Amino acid sequence: MSKTPVEHVHARLDHDEDLSLLHEVSMKTAGVSRLEMCIQCGSCGGSCPSEMDMDHTPRTLFAMLRAGMREEVLLSNTPWICVSCYHCVVRCPQNVHITDVMYSLKSMAIQEKKYRDSSAPDFSETFVEMVEKYGRSYEFGLATRHYLKHSPLRMIRTAAMGLGMLKKGRLNMKPTTIKGMEQLTAILNKAKEMELAHE
Amino acid sequence: MSNDKTNKIGVYVCHCGTNISHTVDVAKVRDWAAEGLGSEGVVIARDYKFMCSSPGQELIEQDIKELGLDRVVVAACSPHLHELTFRNASKRAGLNPYLTELASIREQVSWVHTDKEAATEKAKAVVTGAVERVIENEPLEELKVAIHPDTLVVGGGIAGIQAALEIANAGKKVWLVEREASIGGHMAQFDKTFPTLDCAACILTPRMFEAGNHPNIELMTWSEVTNVAGYVGNFSVTIKKKPRYLKEELCTGCRICIEKCPTKVVDQGYEAGIGYRKAIYTSSAQAVPKYPVIDTENCNFFQKGTCKVCEKSCPTEAIDYEQKEEFLTVDVGNIILATGYDLFDARKVSNYGYGRLPNVFTSIEFERMCNAAGPTSGDIVLRDGKTTPKTVGIIHCVGSRDRNYNNYCSNICCMQSLKFAHLVKERTGDTVYDFYIDMRTPMKAYDEFYQRVLEEGTLFVRGKVAQVTDAARKASEEGKLMVQVEDTLIGKQRRIPVDMVILSIGMEPRHDAKETGKLFGIGCSANGWFTEKHAKLDPISTMTEGIFIAGTATGPKDIPTSVAQGSAAAARVLNMIMRGEVTLEPIKASVYQGQCSGCRICNSLCPFNAITFLEDRKVSEINPALCQGCGTCVAACPAGAISGTGFSNDQILAQIDGLLMDVTLADA
Amino acid sequence: MSDYIFYPGCAMESNAKAYYDSLMEIAQPLGINLQEIDDWNCCGATEYVGINLIPAYSLIARNLALAAKTGQKTVLSPCSACYLNLAKADYYMAERPALGEKVNEALAAGNLQYTPGSLDIRHLLDVLINDIGLDTLKAKVVRPLKGLRVAPYTGCMVPRPDYNKRWSDPEHPTELIDVLKAIGAEVVAFPGGATCCGGHMTQIGPDTAYELIRRLISSAEKSKADIMVTVCPMCQLNVDAYQGETNSHYGTDYEMPIVFFSQLVGLALGFPPEKLGFGSEITSTEKALSRIGMDIPEAAITEGKQRQQEGLPMPLCMRKTAKTPECKRPCAEEAKA
Repeated sequence: MSKTPVEHVHARLDHDEDLSLLHEVSMKTAGVSRLEMCIQCGSCGGSCPSEMDMDHTPRTLFAMLRAGMREEVLLSNTPWICVSCYHCVVRCPQNVHITDVMYSLKSMAIQEKKYRDSSAPDFSETFVEMVEKYGRSYEFGLATRHYLKHSPLRMIRTAAMGLGMLKKGRLNMKPTTIKGMEQLTAILNKAKEMELAHE
Repeated sequence: MSNDKTNKIGVYVCHCGTNISHTVDVAKVRDWAAEGLGSEGVVIARDYKFMCSSPGQELIEQDIKELGLDRVVVAACSPHLHELTFRNASKRAGLNPYLTELASIREQVSWVHTDKEAATEKAKAVVTGAVERVIENEPLEELKVAIHPDTLVVGGGIAGIQAALEIANAGKKVWLVEREASIGGHMAQFDKTFPTLDCAACILTPRMFEAGNHPNIELMTWSEVTNVAGYVGNFSVTIKKKPRYLKEELCTGCRICIEKCPTKVVDQGYEAGIGYRKAIYTSSAQAVPKYPVIDTENCNFFQKGTCKVCEKSCPTEAIDYEQKEEFLTVDVGNIILATGYDLFDARKVSNYGYGRLPNVFTSIEFERMCNAAGPTSGDIVLRDGKTTPKTVGIIHCVGSRDRNYNNYCSNICCMQSLKFAHLVKERTGDTVYDFYIDMRTPMKAYDEFYQRVLEEGTLFVRGKVAQVTDAARKASEEGKLMVQVEDTLIGKQRRIPVDMVILSIGMEPRHDAKETGKLFGIGCSANGWFTEKHAKLDPISTMTEGIFIAGTATGPKDIPTSVAQGSAAAARVLNMIMRGEVTLEPIKASVYQGQCSGCRICNSLCPFNAITFLEDRKVSEINPALCQGCGTCVAACPAGAISGTGFSNDQILAQIDGLLMDVTLADA
Repeated sequence: MSDYIFYPGCAMESNAKAYYDSLMEIAQPLGINLQEIDDWNCCGATEYVGINLIPAYSLIARNLALAAKTGQKTVLSPCSACYLNLAKADYYMAERPALGEKVNEALAAGNLQYTPGSLDIRHLLDVLINDIGLDTLKAKVVRPLKGLRVAPYTGCMVPRPDYNKRWSDPEHPTELIDVLKAIGAEVVAFPGGATCCGGHMTQIGPDTAYELIRRLISSAEKSKADIMVTVCPMCQLNVDAYQGETNSHYGTDYEMPIVFFSQLVGLALGFPPEKLGFGSEITSTEKALSRIGMDIPEAAITEGKQRQQEGLPMPLCMRKTAKTPECKRPCAEEAKA
C-alpha cells in the first residue's frame, strides 16, 4: 500500500532523534494529528478565545515540541486553558488536529505529574472517576468535591446558584448508575492496558 | 518465453549519478540481464554512470556496430525524458530507432522505493519486461507532415497578446481568440504594477492597440473555441463568435449608445463589483476592439421588449438586435493557450467577513479603487463611497497556502500586498498594517521594494490572520474592524482596530479549465492547473504536440514571467513554422477488419476523430494521418480488433510475462 | 415518522431537563420517532480524552456499539458535546486504524464490537433542517414568535470541526437562524453566534470563563436581543447559571435569558411554556416571553431601514442553499433581511 504524505513524515521521524518529542505527541493523538506539518503561521494562537490566560500560544508550544523542550511543554498551562472550541482546527491551513493534540499533552502531563496547578487535572480526574463509578456523569458529586478541595470560598459564593439549580430540578442529588456497569468496567479495564503510540 | 528469432540484444543499465544506484544495486541488475536473460538473446549487458552522456551513448553505438546488436534496452529514466536520446543513438549506429526500448528504473523504481533489496528485484523485473517486449518490436518508419503557417492564440491577456505580437511581427498570421469583449485580461484592471510602479494602462494599452490593429493578427473577441480537430501542423479549429448585437463594420466606437443607455448595472467583470456599467458597454474606454456589446440579461429591450434607445441614438445604425452567433472554422499549424486564471472567491473564508463586513475589500476591488479611471477616480474610500480610512490592514495568503482552500502559494500576493501598502501610504498617509506568514520577494528588484515599504513605515505583523470581526469587546473597538491575529514574533494574540481590510486573494485555475483541457487534449495537475511537458526544461510545451501554453494557465505567475512565457511559446511556434514539416511518431492504431464486429464503440471515443465507419463493409477504419497513437480505441475494442504499432498485444503480453518472470539467478 | 436512535446524554437528565422535556413534546408533531439507546453511558465530555485516550474512546464506542445493535442507522444527539464525541470516535477509529483496533479490543471485553462508519451521527438541529425540513416546520407553526428578538447561539461543537461536512459554515452557520426565522422570531445579528461559552472553564478557571460569557452576553445585549437561543446544554448552563457570577466579577447587571431552540419551537407549535421546561432558568425568561405572550404589537419592529444604494456596491452573497444556488442579492441586504 502506498504511504500518505503524513505517513512518510512519520516514517522519517522514527529515525530522527531531534523530532522524537513531536513525534511522540503526534502518535499519542487520536486521529492523524498532522502536527509535523505545522508551518508556524499562528492561526491557532490568533483564533484562541482564551489565549490571554495561556502562558504560551499553541503555535509556540508546537515550536517547543520541535525543539524537544519536554519539561517546559508539559508544565505549560496552555492545554488546560483550551476550551475545545475548535476555531483553530477549522482555520489551521495545515489541518492540524490542534484540539486533540492539547488532549494528548494533558494526558502526558497527568501521567508524568507535570503541572503547576492541580485544579484542572483534578477536575478531569474526578469527573472520570464518577463516570467510571456510575457510567454517567454526576455533577452534584463532582461540583461539591471539586469546590471543597480547590475553592471552598467560591462554593459559598455559588451556593445560591446551586440551590437554585437544585430547586428547579436541574441538579440531581443522587447519581444514576447504568445497568451494565460490569460490562463498562471490563471494557475500560481492558482499554487501560493499551496505549496509542507507535504503530 | 524463449527467443526463437535469435536476436542480439544489448542491455544498458544507468546509475543516473546516484539517482538510481542509491536505491538499486545496478551491478546486480546488469548481471541478471547478462546471465539470466542470455537465453532471451541478451548478448551484452553494461552499466554506466550516465548513459545519456556522450560516452554513454557511444558505448551503445559501438556495441551495435561491433556486436551487431539488433535490439537495445536502456534501463534508466522515464521515456518522457530520454527515449528520443537513445533512439537517436541507435539510429546513428544504423539500427531502426523503434527497436530500442527504455525501461524506467528511476521514476518507477529508485525514486519511489526505499528498500534497496526489493527495489533491485523490481528493477530486474522491469528490465526483463523490457527485454521481452523489445523482442516483439517491429522496425517502424517515421511520418513527415507539412505544418500550416497560421497560429491560434487562445486568451488575450498579457501573455496571449505578447505571443501573438511576436509571431505576427515575424510575418506569420495569428488568430487571437478572446472570450471577453476586449483583450487586456486581468492586467487591464490593475492600477500600478510592482515593483517599478509603472501604471498598468500606460504599458499595456499600446500593446492592446498594436494587437488590435496588426495586419497579421485576426482578432476575435467575444468568441470562444468550441472544437479542435486534427494534429500538430494541421489543426482545424471551430470558433464561436457570440453576438454583440451590433454590426462591427458600421460601429465607429463613438460610445453615444453607452451614454444614452438608461440601464445601469453593477459591473461584476472589469470593475470587480465596485463600479457600474450600462447594459450596452465596453469594459473601459481603452477597450480593444472599441465595439460595445449588449448584456441581454439586463437590457430593457431583451427583457421587456421596449426601449431601443441604443438603436435610436446610433448615428451609423450599427445596432442589430437580430444578430445570431456565428461559427467559423480555421486551419492552423500550432496553438498557444494563454487562458489565464480566476481569482479566489474570498467569501469562502467566512472568518474574514468578505461580503458580510462592508469594509472588507478584495485585492481586485482595491486595484479598481486605486485606478484613476475606476469607480472612485482613484480615491481610497470605505464602502460608503466617501470616508477616507485612517487605518488599513492588508492580509496576505487569502485562499492560498491553505489546505482548506488552495494549498499552493499564489506567487504574486506578497508583492501585491506590498504595492497596496505603498499606495495607501502614498495617497492617504494612513497607518498601514501588513499581515503576512512568510515574506516572499525573490524576483529582480522585489526585495528592494520590500525595503522601501519598510522605510515608508508600514507596520508588519508576522502571523496568519485568524479573523476579521466587527464584534467589539470593549469601547475602543466600537465601530472598527478588529483584525485578530497572533503576532508570532511576540507569541501573543493581538486585536488591531482598522477601518479597512484588503484581502490579497490568490489565483485559481479557470473554473472551466478541465473542459478546456479536454477540448485541446492536454492535462491538468491535481490542483487544476494545466500540466507542462517538463516543469523546468519545457515549461511552455504540453504533452500534446503543437499545443503550447503560456502565462498563468499553468500556475500563478507575475507579469514579467507571463510575458517571458508568451515570447517563449511564440519562439517555439516560429521554430515549428520555419521547419516547415514535422516528424510524427509512427505509433498508430489499425483495425484488423476481419475481426471488427462493426460495433462503432471506437468511433466516438477517438479524441482525434481519426476513425470512420465504412458503411458498405460495416467495419471501422483508422486514418493514420489523424491517429495520434493514444491507444484509447485499442483498449476499448470489445473484439480485440484494434492494435497499436509500438503497443501491440504481442508486445504488451510479452512485457507482462517478463515482469512476472522469476528474476533470481539459479546459481545465486 | 422518521426513526432515530436517541442518545440523550447525561445533561438531558439533569441541568438540561428543559431541553429534554421540550424535545419530547415537539418530536411527535414533527414526525421524529426516538428510540433511546438501552443503558447508554456518559460520553466523557471534554474530560476523559485529556486523561487516557483508549479508555476515553472505548467509553464513547460502547454507545456506538449499543446503537449499531439496534439495526437502525441514524443516531440523533441533541447535546453538542455528545454529538461531537460520537462523531469524532466514529471518524478517528476509521482515520487511525490502530485506534479502531484497540478500541474494539477493549469493547470485546464487554462482548461488544463497532465498525466505524456504520452509523450516521446527527445533531438534532441538522435533523430538524435536513430531514424534517423548514417547510414542514413552518406548516406546523400555530403561534409565530413575532416580535421576539432572538440571538441565535449555535456555539462551537456543532459546526466545528464538522468531520462529515454537514454544516453550512464553521464560523457563521445559518441553520439555527433559518429555524428561528421559520418559527417567526426576529433574528438579530449576533456576531458571537459560534463562539465559545467557556466550556468547562467555569469549573476549573472561572476567570477565563467569565470573560467568554461576558463577550457573549454583551454582544447579545448590544444587538438588542430579548433572549439567546442555544442548541447545547453546556452553553445554556454557562450563560444562564454563571451569569450572576459573571455580573459580580465585572460589576455588570446583565439579565440575558437563554433557552434551548426546542423550547421556542415548542412555543411556536402551540405547546404551553410549562410543558417546555420554561421556568427552570436561573436568569428569568419572563420579560422576554411577555413580548410574545401578552403583547404582540401588530407592527412589530422587524427590519431596519433598507441600506441606501449609495457608495460602493457590496459583493454578492454566497449562501449555499439548495433553493438559491446562485443568490444574486448583495450580502448586506441579506444580513438586514
